[in-house]
Amino acid sequence: MNAVIVNNISKQYGKKKDLIQALKGIFFEVKQGELFGIIGPDGAGKTSLFRILTTLLLPDGGSASVDGLDVVKDFKAIRHRVGYMPGRFSLYQDLTIEENLEFFATIFNTTVKENYDLIKDIYSQIEPFKNRRAGKLSGGMKQKLALSCALIHKPSVLFLDEPTTGVDAVSRKEFWEMLRSLKEQGITILVSTPYMDEASLCDRVALIQSGEILSVDSPEGVINAFKHPLVAVKDNNMLQLLNDLQRFEGVQDAYPFGEYHHVVLKDGFTANAVSTYLQQHNYHQPDVQTIRADIEDCFIALMKTGE
Amino acid sequence: MTNTAIHAEGLTKRFGDFTAVDAISFEVKKGEIFGFLGANGAGKTTAMRMLCGLSIPTAGKASVAGFDVYKQTEQIKRSIGYMSQKFSLYEDLTVRENIRFYAGIYGKSDAFIKEKTAFLLKELHLEAEANKLVRSLPLGWKQKLAFSVAIFHEPEIVFLDEPTGGVDPVTRREFWNMIYKAAERGITIFVTTHYMDEAEYCNRVSIMVDGRIDALDTPTQLKKTFEVRSMDEVFLKLARRAKRSGD
Repeated sequence: MNAVIVNNISKQYGKKKDLIQALKGIFFEVKQGELFGIIGPDGAGKTSLFRILTTLLLPDGGSASVDGLDVVKDFKAIRHRVGYMPGRFSLYQDLTIEENLEFFATIFNTTVKENYDLIKDIYSQIEPFKNRRAGKLSGGMKQKLALSCALIHKPSVLFLDEPTTGVDAVSRKEFWEMLRSLKEQGITILVSTPYMDEASLCDRVALIQSGEILSVDSPEGVINAFKHPLVAVKDNNMLQLLNDLQRFEGVQDAYPFGEYHHVVLKDGFTANAVSTYLQQHNYHQPDVQTIRADIEDCFIALMKTGE
Repeated sequence: MTNTAIHAEGLTKRFGDFTAVDAISFEVKKGEIFGFLGANGAGKTTAMRMLCGLSIPTAGKASVAGFDVYKQTEQIKRSIGYMSQKFSLYEDLTVRENIRFYAGIYGKSDAFIKEKTAFLLKELHLEAEANKLVRSLPLGWKQKLAFSVAIFHEPEIVFLDEPTGGVDPVTRREFWNMIYKAAERGITIFVTTHYMDEAEYCNRVSIMVDGRIDALDTPTQLKKTFEVRSMDEVFLKLARRAKRSGD
């Protein structure tokens, strides 16, 4: 069974001149128990989508269901079954850790004790500070408290809107480890992120840009769909190298990618052709290797075909 | 004129008994792209605030564009540009008004503003959007505009605090292209980021852990020193030593 079905959902804001099409009729499904990533930059429509699915915003067109319930008609029932962690910290700053958690348990007609097992691993890390006010917590602690509060009523579907934005690489890794262990407890998780490298940690992902879905697949599937030959190239003067690469007839696209430049080749061209070309242009021993695409390569390619 | 844009020696900031920045020493050369990395809570923002003349150090020495961070904070503010992911432009002003506002703050003449605004709008392909509210622009355009505004008065140094957070991968690269161009013109770039691939685009990178600078070198040398293959691994190796967390 599908935990979430999104069927031609659209949403727009503003009028005439200032009209913004936040979601342009998108489709996808999330299976029960799946860890599903919505990957895309700011302004792609991720938050609008999450707010529609958590019944906080009405769509302008299309339909969607969560746990078999309609997001418009059955909004009350859905609210009991989903957990939502918005992108902006929205707990009560002047309540303590413990008071926030008890508050959320109470409004969902349950107790902290009843569902403690579910949050134990996460909450136990901040429990020693349970009398501290939420407003006084560090970013990482706030995040753990927000996640505990979103889970305390044992939701069947959990929505996490950009939980790792602005978070450093170490804390991001830890957060994803928490999500993996929640998934093992059978909760369906939808998580949005602008970080492309987090896609590989999901079961499946939807790549989203400007209100449109570019691809829905497993991370492996997205990468396998990248059909062009791809090479990574490095030399001493990277700026000059990029200019020279962009002039090569076999190049479809070339862009910086960390330590290397990634070069998407037209069909029929290989790493050898790139080496030869560079040697003809006075590069002595350019470092050229054929590589597998990264999710970010796929995203860039999909963005450019969409244009 | 010296060749040094920023010089810090034992720079320290304490809040009560908490040492946010713990005697950091480093130098940034003119025209250099300097990556200032660290986990949340490592002390980056506090250090940056001292360098921008917004917070007086507890101890140590530092000069920015040749000015002293204790006594010449106003001169520092005039010599630098600043943009962050969180705040950069006024959403309820138009593109043109934002440019005019910032240029006016830095005391630029009307003639200078007029001529350079036209040039800038053309370069950013924003001519059609000049009279639109900044609020209506896509994030990537906003960030590119914010950077251009931050260097509009031709500062010696520009401080960029996570300028590309949440920006799409294509625009993120266009943004770095603009950084390179500014650096070529001699503007010193001081930049923080959570994207480790961007650390590779810097000439040198420092990594802060618990208020100290625990590593400072070129990306290539850092990878060699820590015997790893990527900057991501360098960062993880260092940041895992951290005892404190949060922002």
